[in-house]
Amino acid sequence: MPFDPGPLFLTLRLAFVTTGILCLIGVPLAYWMAFSKNRLKFVIEPLVSLPLVLPPTVLGFYILLAFSPKYFLGSFLESSLGIRVAFSFLGLVIGSVLFSLPFMVNPIKAGFQNFPVSLMEASYVLGKSKGETLRRVILPNIKPALSTGIVMAFAHTIGEFGVVLMVGGNIPGETRVASIAIFSEVEALNYDTAGFYSLILVVLSFLILFIFYCFHRKPIKIL
Amino acid sequence: MIKIRAQKQIKTSQGLERLDVDFEIKPQEFVTLFGESGAGKTTLLRMIAGLTSPEEGYIEVNGNVWFDSRREFSLPIQKRKVGFVFQEYSLFPNMTVCQNLRYALYDRGHEQAIDEWLKLMDLKGLENQKPDQLSGGQKQRVALARALVRSPQVLLLDEPLSALDLNLRLKLQDEIVKIHQKIKIPMILVSHDVSEVFKLSGRIFVIDKGKIIKSGIPAELFAHKISGKFKFTAEILEIKKDGIVNILTVKIGNHIAKVVATDEEVAYLKVGSKIVVATKAFNPMIFRL
Repeated sequence: MPFDPGPLFLTLRLAFVTTGILCLIGVPLAYWMAFSKNRLKFVIEPLVSLPLVLPPTVLGFYILLAFSPKYFLGSFLESSLGIRVAFSFLGLVIGSVLFSLPFMVNPIKAGFQNFPVSLMEASYVLGKSKGETLRRVILPNIKPALSTGIVMAFAHTIGEFGVVLMVGGNIPGETRVASIAIFSEVEALNYDTAGFYSLILVVLSFLILFIFYCFHRKPIKIL
Repeated sequence: MIKIRAQKQIKTSQGLERLDVDFEIKPQEFVTLFGESGAGKTTLLRMIAGLTSPEEGYIEVNGNVWFDSRREFSLPIQKRKVGFVFQEYSLFPNMTVCQNLRYALYDRGHEQAIDEWLKLMDLKGLENQKPDQLSGGQKQRVALARALVRSPQVLLLDEPLSALDLNLRLKLQDEIVKIHQKIKIPMILVSHDVSEVFKLSGRIFVIDKGKIIKSGIPAELFAHKISGKFKFTAEILEIKKDGIVNILTVKIGNHIAKVVATDEEVAYLKVGSKIVVATKAFNPMIFRL
Protein backbone atom coordinates (compact mmCIF):
# COMPACT_ATOMS: atom_id res chain seq x y z
CA MET A 1 0.00 0.00 0.00
CA PRO A 2 1.66 3.24 -1.13
CA PHE A 3 1.26 5.73 1.69
CA ASP A 4 2.55 9.27 1.63
CA PRO A 5 2.22 11.15 4.97
CA GLY A 6 2.74 14.46 3.12
CA PRO A 7 -0.96 15.39 2.77
CA LEU A 8 -1.52 14.85 6.52
CA PHE A 9 1.35 17.16 7.42
CA LEU A 10 0.14 19.70 4.89
CA THR A 11 -3.32 19.57 6.47
CA LEU A 12 -1.84 20.19 9.93
CA ARG A 13 0.37 22.98 8.63
CA LEU A 14 -2.61 24.63 6.97
CA ALA A 15 -4.68 24.28 10.16
CA PHE A 16 -1.97 25.83 12.34
CA VAL A 17 -1.25 28.72 9.96
CA THR A 18 -4.96 29.42 9.44
CA THR A 19 -5.73 29.31 13.17
CA GLY A 20 -2.76 31.58 13.91
CA ILE A 21 -3.90 34.19 11.42
CA LEU A 22 -7.49 33.89 12.64
CA CYS A 23 -6.37 34.54 16.23
CA LEU A 24 -4.77 37.77 15.11
CA ILE A 25 -7.75 39.07 13.12
CA GLY A 26 -10.59 37.21 14.90
CA VAL A 27 -10.28 38.84 18.33
CA PRO A 28 -10.22 42.48 17.12
CA LEU A 29 -12.98 41.76 14.59
CA ALA A 30 -15.16 40.08 17.22
CA TYR A 31 -14.54 42.98 19.64
CA TRP A 32 -15.53 45.49 16.98
CA MET A 33 -18.64 43.52 16.04
CA ALA A 34 -19.69 43.13 19.68
CA PHE A 35 -19.24 46.72 20.82
CA SER A 36 -19.15 49.05 17.81
CA LYS A 37 -22.16 51.18 16.99
CA ASN A 38 -20.92 51.71 13.44
CA ARG A 39 -23.60 51.00 10.83
CA LEU A 40 -21.06 49.16 8.71
CA LYS A 41 -21.44 46.35 11.26
CA PHE A 42 -24.77 45.35 9.75
CA VAL A 43 -23.00 44.57 6.48
CA ILE A 44 -19.86 43.00 7.96
CA GLU A 45 -21.75 40.64 10.31
CA PRO A 46 -23.60 38.74 7.57
CA LEU A 47 -20.50 38.78 5.38
CA VAL A 48 -18.46 37.07 8.11
CA SER A 49 -21.14 34.42 8.58
CA LEU A 50 -21.70 33.89 4.85
CA PRO A 51 -19.34 30.85 4.65
CA LEU A 52 -21.69 29.05 7.08
CA VAL A 53 -24.45 28.94 4.50
CA LEU A 54 -22.71 29.20 1.12
CA PRO A 55 -21.46 26.10 -0.67
CA PRO A 56 -17.65 26.13 -0.25
CA THR A 57 -17.35 25.95 -4.02
CA VAL A 58 -18.91 29.41 -4.37
CA LEU A 59 -16.31 30.97 -2.09
CA GLY A 60 -13.58 29.00 -3.83
CA PHE A 61 -14.82 30.12 -7.21
CA TYR A 62 -14.67 33.80 -6.28
CA ILE A 63 -11.25 33.51 -4.69
CA LEU A 64 -10.01 31.79 -7.79
CA LEU A 65 -11.52 34.49 -9.94
CA ALA A 66 -10.15 37.31 -7.80
CA PHE A 67 -6.61 35.96 -7.81
CA SER A 68 -6.57 34.66 -11.35
CA PRO A 69 -3.62 36.08 -13.32
CA LYS A 70 -6.14 37.09 -15.95
CA TYR A 71 -7.65 39.74 -13.68
CA PHE A 72 -6.30 42.83 -12.03
CA LEU A 73 -5.53 41.63 -8.49
CA GLY A 74 -3.99 38.33 -9.55
CA SER A 75 -1.92 39.82 -12.34
CA PHE A 76 -0.80 42.71 -10.15
CA LEU A 77 0.38 40.36 -7.37
CA GLU A 78 2.14 38.11 -9.83
CA SER A 79 3.81 40.74 -11.99
CA SER A 80 4.86 43.21 -9.31
CA LEU A 81 5.42 41.03 -6.25
CA GLY A 82 5.88 37.63 -7.83
CA ILE A 83 3.19 36.16 -5.60
CA ARG A 84 0.92 33.53 -7.02
CA VAL A 85 -2.21 32.82 -5.03
CA ALA A 86 -4.23 30.48 -7.20
CA PHE A 87 -3.12 26.84 -6.93
CA SER A 88 -0.60 27.58 -4.18
CA PHE A 89 -0.36 27.08 -0.42
CA LEU A 90 -0.94 30.81 0.05
CA GLY A 91 -4.22 30.44 -1.81
CA LEU A 92 -5.23 27.62 0.53
CA VAL A 93 -4.46 29.80 3.54
CA ILE A 94 -6.52 32.72 2.20
CA GLY A 95 -9.42 30.40 1.39
CA SER A 96 -9.27 28.68 4.78
CA VAL A 97 -9.05 31.94 6.72
CA LEU A 98 -12.16 33.27 5.00
CA PHE A 99 -13.98 29.98 5.26
CA SER A 100 -13.19 29.39 8.96
CA LEU A 101 -13.67 33.03 9.97
CA PRO A 102 -17.20 32.59 11.38
CA PHE A 103 -16.10 29.58 13.43
CA MET A 104 -13.50 31.77 15.13
CA VAL A 105 -15.35 35.09 15.30
CA ASN A 106 -18.86 34.06 16.31
CA PRO A 107 -18.06 32.31 19.63
CA ILE A 108 -15.67 35.09 20.63
CA LYS A 109 -18.22 37.73 19.70
CA ALA A 110 -20.80 35.92 21.85
CA GLY A 111 -18.24 35.86 24.68
CA PHE A 112 -17.79 39.63 24.40
CA GLN A 113 -21.53 40.25 24.21
CA ASN A 114 -22.27 38.12 27.27
CA PHE A 115 -19.52 39.73 29.28
CA PRO A 116 -21.05 41.85 32.07
CA VAL A 117 -20.91 45.53 31.14
CA SER A 118 -20.61 46.37 34.82
CA LEU A 119 -17.17 44.73 34.98
CA MET A 120 -15.96 46.79 32.04
CA GLU A 121 -17.34 49.93 33.65
CA ALA A 122 -15.67 49.00 36.94
CA SER A 123 -12.37 48.81 35.08
CA TYR A 124 -12.86 52.18 33.34
CA VAL A 125 -13.76 53.79 36.66
CA LEU A 126 -10.52 52.40 38.05
CA GLY A 127 -8.71 54.45 35.44
CA LYS A 128 -7.99 51.74 32.91
CA SER A 129 -8.20 52.26 29.16
CA LYS A 130 -10.27 50.13 26.79
CA GLY A 131 -7.16 48.27 25.63
CA GLU A 132 -5.99 47.46 29.12
CA THR A 133 -9.52 46.43 30.12
CA LEU A 134 -9.66 44.07 27.13
CA ARG A 135 -6.29 42.54 27.91
CA ARG A 136 -6.46 42.24 31.69
CA VAL A 137 -10.19 41.88 32.42
CA ILE A 138 -12.22 40.75 29.41
CA LEU A 139 -9.95 38.24 27.63
CA PRO A 140 -8.93 36.32 30.80
CA ASN A 141 -12.61 35.97 31.70
CA ILE A 142 -13.84 34.73 28.32
CA LYS A 143 -11.27 31.95 27.93
CA PRO A 144 -13.98 29.35 27.20
CA ALA A 145 -15.22 31.45 24.25
CA LEU A 146 -11.66 31.96 23.03
CA SER A 147 -10.81 28.28 23.18
CA THR A 148 -14.10 27.38 21.48
CA GLY A 149 -13.22 29.72 18.62
CA ILE A 150 -9.67 28.41 18.31
CA VAL A 151 -10.59 24.73 18.45
CA MET A 152 -13.53 25.10 16.07
CA ALA A 153 -11.46 27.06 13.55
CA PHE A 154 -8.65 24.50 13.76
CA ALA A 155 -10.92 21.47 13.48
CA HIS A 156 -12.92 23.04 10.71
CA THR A 157 -9.79 23.77 8.68
CA ILE A 158 -8.78 20.12 8.96
CA GLY A 159 -12.15 19.14 7.56
CA GLU A 160 -12.16 21.55 4.64
CA PHE A 161 -12.61 20.22 1.15
CA GLY A 162 -14.55 22.39 -1.27
CA VAL A 163 -12.65 25.65 -0.98
CA VAL A 164 -9.33 23.88 -0.90
CA LEU A 165 -10.10 21.90 -4.01
CA MET A 166 -11.30 24.95 -5.92
CA VAL A 167 -8.45 27.25 -4.92
CA GLY A 168 -5.59 24.82 -4.53
CA GLY A 169 -6.28 21.94 -6.82
CA ASN A 170 -4.34 18.78 -6.17
CA ILE A 171 -0.62 19.52 -6.32
CA PRO A 172 1.38 17.07 -4.17
CA GLY A 173 3.43 18.81 -1.48
CA GLU A 174 1.87 22.19 -2.28
CA THR A 175 -1.90 21.98 -2.09
CA ARG A 176 -2.69 18.31 -1.74
CA VAL A 177 -4.15 18.19 1.78
CA ALA A 178 -5.53 15.02 3.37
CA SER A 179 -9.17 15.57 2.41
CA ILE A 180 -8.17 15.97 -1.23
CA ALA A 181 -5.79 13.04 -1.08
CA ILE A 182 -8.70 10.86 0.06
CA PHE A 183 -10.82 12.05 -2.84
CA SER A 184 -8.15 11.41 -5.46
CA GLU A 185 -7.21 8.02 -3.99
CA VAL A 186 -10.85 6.95 -4.23
CA GLU A 187 -10.95 8.18 -7.81
CA ALA A 188 -7.87 6.06 -8.52
CA LEU A 189 -9.62 3.13 -6.78
CA ASN A 190 -6.93 2.98 -4.05
CA TYR A 191 -9.46 2.29 -1.32
CA ASP A 192 -6.85 1.11 1.20
CA THR A 193 -4.90 4.37 1.10
CA ALA A 194 -8.09 6.44 1.16
CA GLY A 195 -9.29 4.40 4.14
CA PHE A 196 -6.04 4.97 5.96
CA TYR A 197 -6.12 8.74 5.47
CA SER A 198 -9.75 8.77 6.52
CA LEU A 199 -9.10 6.79 9.68
CA ILE A 200 -6.31 9.13 10.71
CA LEU A 201 -8.55 12.17 10.13
CA VAL A 202 -11.36 10.61 12.18
CA VAL A 203 -9.01 9.80 15.07
CA LEU A 204 -7.33 13.20 14.94
CA SER A 205 -10.61 15.15 14.82
CA PHE A 206 -12.11 12.99 17.56
CA LEU A 207 -9.10 13.55 19.81
CA ILE A 208 -9.18 17.32 19.32
CA LEU A 209 -12.86 17.51 20.19
CA PHE A 210 -12.52 14.97 23.03
CA ILE A 211 -9.78 16.97 24.72
CA PHE A 212 -11.71 20.18 24.14
CA TYR A 213 -14.88 18.84 25.77
CA CYS A 214 -12.88 17.42 28.69
CA PHE A 215 -11.68 20.92 29.49
CA HIS A 216 -15.16 22.33 29.12
CA ARG A 217 -16.91 20.10 31.64
CA LYS A 218 -17.14 22.91 34.17
CA PRO A 219 -19.97 25.39 33.66
CA ILE A 220 -18.74 28.79 32.60
CA LYS A 221 -18.75 31.22 35.48
CA ILE A 222 -18.55 34.92 34.95
CA LEU A 223 -19.70 36.40 38.25
CA MET B 1 -16.99 70.92 46.99
CA ILE B 2 -18.95 69.21 44.24
CA LYS B 3 -21.27 71.14 41.94
CA ILE B 4 -23.72 69.25 39.79
CA ARG B 5 -26.18 70.59 37.30
CA ALA B 6 -27.58 68.01 34.93
CA GLN B 7 -30.42 67.49 32.51
CA LYS B 8 -31.13 64.35 30.59
CA GLN B 9 -34.02 62.32 29.23
CA ILE B 10 -34.16 59.04 31.15
CA LYS B 11 -36.18 55.90 30.71
CA THR B 12 -38.13 54.81 33.77
CA SER B 13 -40.73 52.15 34.35
CA GLN B 14 -43.40 54.84 33.95
CA GLY B 15 -42.05 55.98 30.61
CA LEU B 16 -39.72 58.82 29.70
CA GLU B 17 -38.89 61.37 32.39
CA ARG B 18 -36.62 64.37 32.36
CA LEU B 19 -33.80 64.27 34.88
CA ASP B 20 -33.25 67.85 35.97
CA VAL B 21 -31.17 68.55 39.06
CA ASP B 22 -28.94 71.27 40.43
CA PHE B 23 -27.20 70.80 43.76
CA GLU B 24 -23.96 71.12 45.64
CA ILE B 25 -22.15 68.83 48.03
CA LYS B 26 -19.83 70.24 50.67
CA PRO B 27 -16.37 68.82 51.25
CA GLN B 28 -16.46 65.82 53.57
CA GLU B 29 -20.24 65.62 53.38
CA PHE B 30 -22.11 62.32 53.26
CA VAL B 31 -25.21 62.74 51.15
CA THR B 32 -27.82 60.25 50.09
CA LEU B 33 -29.91 60.24 46.95
CA PHE B 34 -33.14 58.74 48.20
CA GLY B 35 -36.14 57.66 46.19
CA GLU B 36 -38.01 55.01 44.29
CA SER B 37 -36.10 52.88 41.82
CA GLY B 38 -36.08 54.45 38.38
CA ALA B 39 -36.11 57.98 39.79
CA GLY B 40 -32.72 58.75 38.26
CA LYS B 41 -30.47 58.28 41.30
CA THR B 42 -28.10 55.79 39.70
CA THR B 43 -28.01 57.86 36.49
CA LEU B 44 -26.74 60.79 38.57
CA LEU B 45 -23.94 58.70 40.08
CA ARG B 46 -23.01 57.46 36.62
CA MET B 47 -22.85 61.04 35.36
CA ILE B 48 -20.41 61.99 38.11
CA ALA B 49 -18.25 58.95 37.30
CA GLY B 50 -18.42 59.70 33.58
CA LEU B 51 -20.21 56.49 32.61
CA THR B 52 -23.10 58.57 31.24
CA SER B 53 -23.16 62.16 30.09
CA PRO B 54 -25.87 64.71 30.79
CA GLU B 55 -27.45 66.24 27.68
CA GLU B 56 -26.89 69.56 29.31
CA GLY B 57 -25.09 70.39 32.49
CA TYR B 58 -22.01 71.13 34.49
CA ILE B 59 -20.06 68.98 36.95
CA GLU B 60 -17.25 70.34 39.04
CA VAL B 61 -15.28 68.50 41.72
CA ASN B 62 -12.86 70.32 44.03
CA GLY B 63 -12.53 73.19 41.60
CA ASN B 64 -11.83 70.96 38.57
CA VAL B 65 -14.39 70.89 35.80
CA TRP B 66 -15.34 67.31 34.90
CA PHE B 67 -18.17 68.08 32.55
CA ASP B 68 -19.38 71.22 30.83
CA SER B 69 -21.90 70.91 28.03
CA ARG B 70 -21.48 74.56 27.03
CA ARG B 71 -17.83 73.99 26.21
CA GLU B 72 -18.57 70.46 24.98
CA PHE B 73 -16.04 69.22 27.49
CA SER B 74 -16.13 65.89 29.26
CA LEU B 75 -13.20 64.60 31.28
CA PRO B 76 -12.66 60.92 30.34
CA ILE B 77 -13.87 58.37 32.93
CA GLN B 78 -10.30 57.19 33.43
CA LYS B 79 -9.14 60.64 34.55
CA ARG B 80 -11.91 61.26 37.08
CA LYS B 81 -10.70 60.30 40.51
CA VAL B 82 -13.80 58.53 41.75
CA GLY B 83 -14.35 55.43 43.80
CA PHE B 84 -17.43 53.60 42.60
CA VAL B 85 -18.99 50.75 44.56
CA PHE B 86 -21.53 48.86 42.48
CA GLN B 87 -24.55 47.01 43.76
CA GLU B 88 -23.35 43.75 42.23
CA TYR B 89 -19.77 44.13 43.62
CA SER B 90 -18.20 43.89 40.13
CA LEU B 91 -14.99 42.26 41.31
CA PHE B 92 -12.84 40.83 38.55
CA PRO B 93 -13.31 37.03 38.75
CA ASN B 94 -9.89 36.26 37.25
CA MET B 95 -8.03 38.16 39.95
CA THR B 96 -7.47 37.44 43.63
CA VAL B 97 -8.49 39.92 46.31
CA CYS B 98 -5.01 41.37 46.34
CA GLN B 99 -4.82 41.58 42.54
CA ASN B 100 -8.21 43.31 42.42
CA LEU B 101 -6.83 45.99 44.74
CA ARG B 102 -3.53 46.25 42.90
CA TYR B 103 -5.39 46.71 39.59
CA ALA B 104 -6.99 49.82 41.08
CA LEU B 105 -3.71 51.50 42.04
CA TYR B 106 -2.54 54.46 39.97
CA ASP B 107 1.05 53.36 40.17
CA ARG B 108 3.00 50.60 41.77
CA GLY B 109 4.51 52.98 44.34
CA HIS B 110 1.53 52.76 46.63
CA GLU B 111 1.68 49.06 47.45
CA GLN B 112 1.45 49.78 51.17
CA ALA B 113 -2.01 51.25 50.58
CA ILE B 114 -3.21 47.77 49.64
CA ASP B 115 -2.03 46.36 52.93
CA GLU B 116 -3.55 49.22 54.84
CA TRP B 117 -6.99 48.77 53.31
CA LEU B 118 -6.88 44.99 53.63
CA LYS B 119 -6.29 45.47 57.33
CA LEU B 120 -8.88 48.21 57.70
CA MET B 121 -11.58 46.22 55.90
CA ASP B 122 -10.82 43.08 57.87
CA LEU B 123 -9.68 41.19 54.78
CA LYS B 124 -6.33 39.94 56.06
CA GLY B 125 -5.90 36.27 55.27
CA LEU B 126 -8.17 36.50 52.20
CA GLU B 127 -5.59 38.18 49.93
CA ASN B 128 -5.14 35.15 47.71
CA GLN B 129 -8.80 34.13 47.44
CA LYS B 130 -10.69 34.58 44.19
CA PRO B 131 -14.00 36.49 44.42
CA ASP B 132 -16.12 33.37 43.93
CA GLN B 133 -14.65 31.93 47.13
CA LEU B 134 -15.89 34.89 49.19
CA SER B 135 -19.19 35.53 50.94
CA GLY B 136 -21.40 38.46 49.93
CA GLY B 137 -20.20 40.61 52.82
CA GLN B 138 -16.56 39.88 52.08
CA LYS B 139 -17.08 40.68 48.40
CA GLN B 140 -18.56 44.04 49.20
CA ARG B 141 -15.71 44.82 51.61
CA VAL B 142 -13.23 44.03 48.83
CA ALA B 143 -15.22 46.27 46.49
CA LEU B 144 -15.07 49.09 49.04
CA ALA B 145 -11.34 48.59 49.58
CA ARG B 146 -10.76 48.54 45.81
CA ALA B 147 -12.64 51.81 45.38
CA LEU B 148 -10.74 53.47 48.21
CA VAL B 149 -7.22 52.19 47.60
CA ARG B 150 -6.74 54.72 44.81
CA SER B 151 -7.54 57.66 47.16
CA PRO B 152 -10.53 58.99 45.21
CA GLN B 153 -11.80 62.56 45.47
CA VAL B 154 -15.34 61.32 45.89
CA LEU B 155 -16.84 57.93 46.78
CA LEU B 156 -19.99 56.86 44.94
CA LEU B 157 -22.03 54.07 46.52
CA ASP B 158 -24.79 52.60 44.35
CA GLU B 159 -27.02 50.61 46.72
CA PRO B 160 -23.91 48.78 47.90
CA LEU B 161 -25.59 46.85 50.70
CA SER B 162 -28.92 45.92 49.19
CA ALA B 163 -27.87 42.36 48.33
CA LEU B 164 -26.77 41.58 51.88
CA ASP B 165 -28.79 40.25 54.79
CA LEU B 166 -29.76 42.52 57.67
CA ASN B 167 -26.95 41.70 60.11
CA LEU B 168 -24.23 42.13 57.51
CA ARG B 169 -25.85 45.30 56.30
CA LEU B 170 -25.77 46.80 59.78
CA LYS B 171 -22.14 45.83 60.21
CA LEU B 172 -21.07 47.30 56.89
CA GLN B 173 -23.03 50.48 57.60
CA ASP B 174 -20.90 50.90 60.72
CA GLU B 175 -17.77 50.35 58.67
CA ILE B 176 -18.81 52.93 56.09
CA VAL B 177 -19.38 55.46 58.89
CA LYS B 178 -15.93 54.62 60.24
CA ILE B 179 -14.31 55.03 56.81
CA HIS B 180 -16.03 58.35 56.27
CA GLN B 181 -14.73 59.66 59.57
CA LYS B 182 -11.23 58.48 58.66
CA ILE B 183 -10.76 59.64 55.08
CA LYS B 184 -13.06 62.65 55.05
CA ILE B 185 -14.00 62.79 51.39
CA PRO B 186 -17.49 63.51 50.07
CA MET B 187 -19.53 60.36 49.70
CA ILE B 188 -22.73 59.96 47.72
CA LEU B 189 -24.98 57.02 48.52
CA VAL B 190 -27.93 55.79 46.51
CA SER B 191 -30.37 53.93 48.71
CA HIS B 192 -34.03 53.41 49.42
CA ASP B 193 -33.60 51.88 52.86
CA VAL B 194 -34.82 54.47 55.38
CA SER B 195 -32.84 53.13 58.34
CA GLU B 196 -29.64 53.00 56.29
CA VAL B 197 -30.14 56.51 55.00
CA PHE B 198 -30.88 57.76 58.50
CA LYS B 199 -27.79 56.14 59.93
CA LEU B 200 -25.28 57.19 57.29
CA SER B 201 -26.20 60.48 55.74
CA GLY B 202 -25.59 64.04 56.80
CA ARG B 203 -27.97 65.30 54.14
CA ILE B 204 -30.58 63.69 51.96
CA PHE B 205 -31.88 64.58 48.52
CA VAL B 206 -35.22 62.98 47.83
CA ILE B 207 -35.51 62.35 44.12
CA ASP B 208 -38.74 61.60 42.34
CA LYS B 209 -39.18 61.28 38.58
CA GLY B 210 -35.85 62.94 37.90
CA LYS B 211 -36.35 65.97 40.17
CA ILE B 212 -35.15 66.75 43.68
CA ILE B 213 -38.41 67.20 45.53
CA LYS B 214 -37.00 67.61 49.03
CA SER B 215 -33.67 67.91 50.77
CA GLY B 216 -32.49 68.24 54.33
CA ILE B 217 -30.99 66.44 57.29
CA PRO B 218 -32.50 63.00 58.04
CA ALA B 219 -34.21 64.00 61.29
CA GLU B 220 -36.09 66.83 59.55
CA LEU B 221 -36.92 64.91 56.45
CA PHE B 222 -38.29 61.84 58.10
CA ALA B 223 -39.87 63.79 61.00
CA HIS B 224 -43.40 63.00 59.89
CA LYS B 225 -42.53 59.34 59.98
CA ILE B 226 -41.25 59.52 63.55
CA SER B 227 -43.85 58.99 66.24
CA GLY B 228 -43.93 58.21 69.94
CA LYS B 229 -44.88 54.65 69.15
CA PHE B 230 -42.96 51.45 68.58
CA LYS B 231 -44.54 49.76 65.63
CA PHE B 232 -43.28 46.53 64.17
CA THR B 233 -44.54 44.12 61.58
CA ALA B 234 -44.43 40.58 62.89
CA GLU B 235 -45.30 37.06 61.87
CA ILE B 236 -47.19 34.74 64.22
CA LEU B 237 -45.30 31.55 65.02
CA GLU B 238 -47.60 30.11 67.68
CA ILE B 239 -50.93 30.87 69.38
CA LYS B 240 -51.41 29.39 72.85
CA LYS B 241 -54.33 29.80 75.24
CA ASP B 242 -53.22 30.49 78.78
CA GLY B 243 -56.05 30.97 81.27
CA ILE B 244 -58.17 33.91 80.21
CA VAL B 245 -55.64 35.33 77.72
CA ASN B 246 -53.80 34.08 74.66
CA ILE B 247 -50.04 34.16 74.23
CA LEU B 248 -48.79 34.85 70.72
CA THR B 249 -45.22 33.95 69.86
CA VAL B 250 -44.19 36.33 67.08
CA LYS B 251 -41.15 36.92 64.93
CA ILE B 252 -40.07 40.56 64.53
CA GLY B 253 -37.12 40.80 62.19
CA ASN B 254 -34.71 38.25 63.60
CA HIS B 255 -36.12 38.40 67.11
CA ILE B 256 -38.79 36.26 68.71
CA ALA B 257 -41.11 37.81 71.28
CA LYS B 258 -44.24 36.88 73.19
CA VAL B 259 -47.26 39.16 73.32
CA VAL B 260 -50.66 38.86 74.92
CA ALA B 261 -53.86 38.85 72.87
CA THR B 262 -57.58 38.69 73.76
CA ASP B 263 -59.95 36.03 72.42
CA GLU B 264 -61.54 38.60 70.06
CA GLU B 265 -58.17 39.48 68.60
CA VAL B 266 -57.16 35.86 68.20
CA ALA B 267 -60.39 35.01 66.39
CA TYR B 268 -59.02 36.66 63.23
CA LEU B 269 -55.50 35.28 63.51
CA LYS B 270 -53.73 32.06 62.72
CA VAL B 271 -50.16 30.84 62.66
CA GLY B 272 -48.33 32.57 59.80
CA SER B 273 -50.53 35.69 59.85
CA LYS B 274 -48.71 38.99 59.39
CA ILE B 275 -49.60 41.50 62.09
CA VAL B 276 -48.54 44.91 63.36
CA VAL B 277 -47.52 45.05 67.00
CA ALA B 278 -47.58 48.58 68.39
CA THR B 279 -46.93 50.05 71.79
CA LYS B 280 -46.50 53.55 73.21
CA ALA B 281 -42.85 54.36 73.60
CA PHE B 282 -43.06 57.13 76.17
CA ASN B 283 -41.24 55.17 78.83
CA PRO B 284 -38.86 52.66 77.25
CA MET B 285 -36.01 51.03 79.12
CA ILE B 286 -32.75 51.69 77.33
CA PHE B 287 -29.63 49.57 77.76
CA ARG B 288 -26.31 50.27 76.19
CA LEU B 289 -24.78 47.31 74.36
